[in-house]
Amino acid sequence: MIAVTTMKIEFEVNGKAVSADVEARTTLADCLRYDIGLTGTHVGCEHGVCGACTVIVNGAAARSCLMLAVQADGEKVTTVEGLSNDEALTPLQASFRKHHALQCGFCTPGMITTAHALLTHEPNADEERVRDVLSGNLCRCTGYISIVEAVLDARVAYGSKGE
Amino acid sequence: MNTRPGNSLIGSPVERVEDLRFLRGKGTYVSDFSLPNQLHAVILRSPEAHGVIRRIDTSRARALPGVHAVITAADFGARPPHIPLRLQPLPELAPFHQPVLAFEKVRYVGEPLAVVLADTASIAEDALELIDVEIAALPAVTDRASAERGDSILFEPHGSNRALVWTATRGDAEAAFVKADVVLKERFHIQRHAAMFMEPRGFVADWNAETQRLKVWGAAKVAWTNRRILATAMGLEETAIDMVELDVGGGFGSRGEFYPEDFLIPAAARIAGRPVKWSEDRREHLMCANHARDIEINVEMALAKDGRILGLRGMCYSDNGAYLRTNGSVGPRNVAQFMSGPYKIENIHLQTTMLTTNKTPSGTYRGPGRFETDFARERLIDLAAKKLGMDRAEIRRKNLVADADMPYPLATIQPFESVTELDSGDYHAVFDRCLKEFGWDEKSALQGKLIDGRYHGIAVGSFIEGGAAGPKEDARLALETDGSLTVHLGSSAVGQGLETIMAQIAADSMEMSFDRIRVLHGSTTHVTEGYGSYHSRSTVMGGSAILLAAEKLKDKIRECAAARLGCSKDDVTIDAETVRFKTTSLTFAGLGAEPIEVEATFYNKKYTYAYGTQAAHVSVDVGTGHVRVHDYLSVEDVGRMINPLTLHGQAIGSIVQGLGGTFLEHLVYDANGQILTGSLADYLMPTASDFPNIRSITLELKPSPNNPLGAKGAGEGGIIPVGGIIANAVANALSHLGVEPMELPLSPPRVWALIDAARRAKR
Ligand code: FES
Ligand code: FES
Repeated sequence: MIAVTTMKIEFEVNGKAVSADVEARTTLADCLRYDIGLTGTHVGCEHGVCGACTVIVNGAAARSCLMLAVQADGEKVTTVEGLSNDEALTPLQASFRKHHALQCGFCTPGMITTAHALLTHEPNADEERVRDVLSGNLCRCTGYISIVEAVLDARVAYGSKGE
Repeated sequence: MNTRPGNSLIGSPVERVEDLRFLRGKGTYVSDFSLPNQLHAVILRSPEAHGVIRRIDTSRARALPGVHAVITAADFGARPPHIPLRLQPLPELAPFHQPVLAFEKVRYVGEPLAVVLADTASIAEDALELIDVEIAALPAVTDRASAERGDSILFEPHGSNRALVWTATRGDAEAAFVKADVVLKERFHIQRHAAMFMEPRGFVADWNAETQRLKVWGAAKVAWTNRRILATAMGLEETAIDMVELDVGGGFGSRGEFYPEDFLIPAAARIAGRPVKWSEDRREHLMCANHARDIEINVEMALAKDGRILGLRGMCYSDNGAYLRTNGSVGPRNVAQFMSGPYKIENIHLQTTMLTTNKTPSGTYRGPGRFETDFARERLIDLAAKKLGMDRAEIRRKNLVADADMPYPLATIQPFESVTELDSGDYHAVFDRCLKEFGWDEKSALQGKLIDGRYHGIAVGSFIEGGAAGPKEDARLALETDGSLTVHLGSSAVGQGLETIMAQIAADSMEMSFDRIRVLHGSTTHVTEGYGSYHSRSTVMGGSAILLAAEKLKDKIRECAAARLGCSKDDVTIDAETVRFKTTSLTFAGLGAEPIEVEATFYNKKYTYAYGTQAAHVSVDVGTGHVRVHDYLSVEDVGRMINPLTLHGQAIGSIVQGLGGTFLEHLVYDANGQILTGSLADYLMPTASDFPNIRSITLELKPSPNNPLGAKGAGEGGIIPVGGIIANAVANALSHLGVEPMELPLSPPRVWALIDAARRAKR
């Protein structure tokens, strides 16, 4: 009943080529966290509701708990680590900090990846649009107001001309 | 003592140090932590709500390649360890303690039956399906009616499903009801819901057979207490165990209490002789972490014609679930003791009966008992105003405790007596400030108005928030040889920004720059004893301990400097991380060959009471029952703010949690005791698009006289009156129909049913 087969996958994570031997049932989230060692991608529900596991696959936000690792074979994946550098916070991150858009920080990687994907495509997203897109990510601590403000405030860094 | 030395960082909106790692995905939450050679634990949980365990056969599971062990109750001798109560540890509650693995009977869906240890979590999960369990089902007790009928009893030797009755008394309630001009009698119900923090629970445990020492990663909230419980259960000395706190993804009262897994994972590590890691999944969390609230409140309020509240009496029934957990009495007890809230009510006789049922055991969730009791009280006050034909603000003004009445005693609760008093506050000033900021007079015109298919309503109410539970907290300060300061603290972080707040206090009190301070907290290795984060206590208790330690440290620094500079210690001045005597000076960095260390303890017997007033403006769509929140304002006096940025964040977050409990969140069971809300798609929580219009104003009107910071425990507060205020606003909007909500949540179907029933009654 339990035939476990593994498969070798090769894909790009944060601009670097990586490979892993994974079982067909391994989620992308688990692969990133435990095979690749990038634990910034968080797992809050494993059933596609909380958004903590959001990563960017080929430019689009995706829930890595609902995607199998084998589906990432040959694709380009960006995680919160890929949207960070050691020298300074990015404008999006700095905006989160300034607006106190995080408390426990557990939802934060998913918020950052979701917001980054949104603003990359829609730097002029208005408040309603931001709220709408973020409504797929649960945060139990902040009540969201500060997160929405942080994302709106970060739009300039993505080339928003202002409304 | 100078209460605000330095006076520059305390009170400033300092950006958090924690953010730098969290924003980069560099936090270390427990599931991010691993040890070489670790095994993975997965727990088999009861599929039945109530039944006698006939057989657990693990042989097929153990035969699965990759499985190392399957642990059952039989591995722990004749009787597995039971988890004692942390708060209100009454001997009469001992029969209801939860065993670490179901023992003889199962009493709720999700109760642990066995632990599988395997090379990977997926193999362990595969093995679960190979464990053969036979349970002879018994009828499930799932509500007050079936609990009281007693044809099915959870703890047979006890003879009933009634665990204990709490009684809160003050004055002479019977006499007050005889004197009353008006008496209201109502039944309220607050639904079962839960803290639902975003990071699931987990542990990594490592047993060293050689040194006979245990190390546990994943501690939270009350590491020292849990170490004591664990040491007893495992037959170890407390000092043989180190509990390590990693980053913690939210607590809200629920995380960090001692659950079965707090024992099972360390015990499994000892049995296996290898490190063991366990991470809960969300379904387990919904079935296993503490539930909360679930209470029926039957209460009468006695009033004089002029609107003065003369007395309260009644009986509440709390559905505590299958066992009494570590803090399971707090909510039910608080409902009785704190129903009077910020109002002057001299005559009280309120009881809460704790019932055992075949549901997940309950514990505290932010504002335990207070959210519930405020719902009943604020509803009653609005109903009283209606009956007396009084203005709703006026009746509250008439009853709010006055500054001159402070300290003001509350009802005393029995058994496990607790006597407490409101410490200080200008309740009237905050009430008026809230009305003004809210625009109460202007918005009054909206009451009951139909605009674009929605009826509008407003409401206002006041609350108190208890904080700063004793008995004490320790802080150890070390001036390192490089001149930096390390703060070791017994307080624990659960996502509230503790590192930043404590560094602010330490920097000010040592007159050092913020970035020279490092805060280590929550782990048992840092101080001899710590009491942790609950009851809004960490800022007040930990912060006060730092202030005391800083005084001691400065003294010791002067002493060291005096020896070096050849003067008396009283001649040494400390300024900007430098010690001086006349024209000679030494920097902190050059002071000693060894770190200079001190430890201090802050003791506190008295609680602080932050307080506030909130107001809401809602509209109701009578076609769908949907309620929209147009404006929600909270004004709270916390005595002294350490960091306005984080405090504001907690206030908003707390209110939104309250709105979740008011409108959305509900843990639903069927008559067989099966939980129907097993995912976050069924258990609804607020999202970014639900409540955009929340405002919070924090004031520093009346510092607490009970601690050197003057701070009052805050952060839970916002949630407390939300249910009552929203329900009052809905009633106000629908006053033309006479709709009076008595139960939560105010989901669209419930509100619509109320509207429908009211319309039928009118016909
Ligand atoms: S963990 Fe993927 S959506 Fe929750
Ligand atoms: S900051 Fe804690 S869940 Fe969002």
